[in-house]
Amino acid sequence: MRAEKSPPAIELRRVTKRFTTDSGAPYTALRDLDLTVDEGEFCAVVGPTGCGKSTTLTLVSGLERPSAGSVAVHGRPVDGITPGVGFMFQTDAILPWKSVVDNVSAGPRFRGVPKKEALESARDWIRRVGLAGFEDRFPHQLSGGMRKRVALAQNLINEPRVILMDEPFSALDVQTRAKMSDELLALWDLTRPAVVFVTHDLEEAIALADTVVVLTAGPAATIKARFRVDLPRPRVVQEIRFDPRFLDIYHQIWDALRTEVDIAYSQSTRLDDDRRAS
Amino acid sequence: MTAQEAQVEVTAVESAHRRAARRHRVLVHLTQLAVLVVVLGGWQLTVQDNPRSVILYGVPSGILGRLTTWVTEGTAIGSLGDQIATTLEEALIGFAIGTALGIVCGVALGRVRFLSEVFGPFIKVLNAIPRIVLGAVFVLAFGLGIESKILLVIVLVFFGVFFNAFQGTREVDRNFIANAGILGASRWQVTSQVVLPSAFTWIIASLHVSFGFALIGAIVGEFLGATSGLGVLIKQAEGTFDANGVWAAMVIMAVVALAAEWLITRLENRLLRWRPAQLAGPDL
Repeated sequence: MRAEKSPPAIELRRVTKRFTTDSGAPYTALRDLDLTVDEGEFCAVVGPTGCGKSTTLTLVSGLERPSAGSVAVHGRPVDGITPGVGFMFQTDAILPWKSVVDNVSAGPRFRGVPKKEALESARDWIRRVGLAGFEDRFPHQLSGGMRKRVALAQNLINEPRVILMDEPFSALDVQTRAKMSDELLALWDLTRPAVVFVTHDLEEAIALADTVVVLTAGPAATIKARFRVDLPRPRVVQEIRFDPRFLDIYHQIWDALRTEVDIAYSQSTRLDDDRRAS
Repeated sequence: MTAQEAQVEVTAVESAHRRAARRHRVLVHLTQLAVLVVVLGGWQLTVQDNPRSVILYGVPSGILGRLTTWVTEGTAIGSLGDQIATTLEEALIGFAIGTALGIVCGVALGRVRFLSEVFGPFIKVLNAIPRIVLGAVFVLAFGLGIESKILLVIVLVFFGVFFNAFQGTREVDRNFIANAGILGASRWQVTSQVVLPSAFTWIIASLHVSFGFALIGAIVGEFLGATSGLGVLIKQAEGTFDANGVWAAMVIMAVVALAAEWLITRLENRLLRWRPAQLAGPDL
């Protein structure tokens, strides 16, 4: 009933994505993948390396098109860059030749918001991600965690209803990462956009998300299982892992994930063996 | 050790370092001066007693004398300032146009695959011919004025800038482009705010070499036929067995080139101030 009234934030239906590799051979990254993310839902996607987690995000953002199947955001089929979507990349994607305030105000400026207004709202967001006083620094003058905050502000200023995150904190050290996760949850709570958070770290996935989706090992990855994380919010990322309920969920999901990790690992070692044999 | 003593010790270490650095700099400059004295002095001593050598090879004291007469009394073809102005005008106008064309074409071909597929082979062929020869064609077609020299300079400058702009455009981090696109940038905004600033690292590197080409183009163009300019001055000195005159003109060109190099480095530091400071290394 509810689904008819308002379409889900993200809907992938029987999506297949094939690439042509450098050697010219076709490679199927995803096959028949179905994924629905509701409005305001925080969905984490976990899976072994090379299973097409990031590919899913590029399909939703419109950076890539599916080879078969359909992708819709808020009920509208995706063709070209999806409006109202934010994307946090694994590596730094903020522009190194723009100062912090110019980076954060880039989105509104691109969309034609007057300069004064854009800068004002950028300063606001810089303060909200805890970077007040760093407005005029260049990215190379900031730490890795600070650059992630700039990227976060750069996305949030556009008030996206959908945020896609591709292992955004994987390059950070463990403590900074936990702090960033807490701040991400606090900021997310303000406007509650739908989030798809790709990670290979199951602990991070459970600590952050409402649902955890496990992908099978590639090639031709698809969804293996979907788990609800019914831990209460607000959560403190560093402490929630001691919660007995957290451990229960972790065991459940790990059972599903382990076989896929084993398959992915044996594939990679078999490739090594083949190479050695030839 | 108290905090005060520690502070005193830090200051002592710092000033010792500074003294050592200063001593090192003085040593480098003194050695440079010695090299100059040995080379120029050796030249002077070897040549000065042989009138034939003085005429054929020139001599440092003669070059200095020639420069003084040019400054005080003017050259055989007019005041020295006019000759420098002519050559500089040709080089600078050609450099500006050639650079602009190189950047526009390089970025356009780097961004639009279809354009690079169509024009790529043509540009390779044009780059393969010895372009300096085009100077003769330009002088025949456009006369002895500055137009023919400017054209030659443009042709020489264009390719270096073009290839760097093209490569720089191709090397832009895909994530920057994707990110800007998702933030709402149009294709033109991606080009002007992501691709161009990123490619500037490459383009500026080519400007150092290109300005040298601009001077060469202007001088060679003047060799081929002109009424004023440093190239004419050199040709005229050569025609009158005045080796000192040729050397003197070269000294002037070197000063101009160094001044331009200094300006380009200033521009580079200004445009690329977003980059982390380079690690200290030998300054060449």
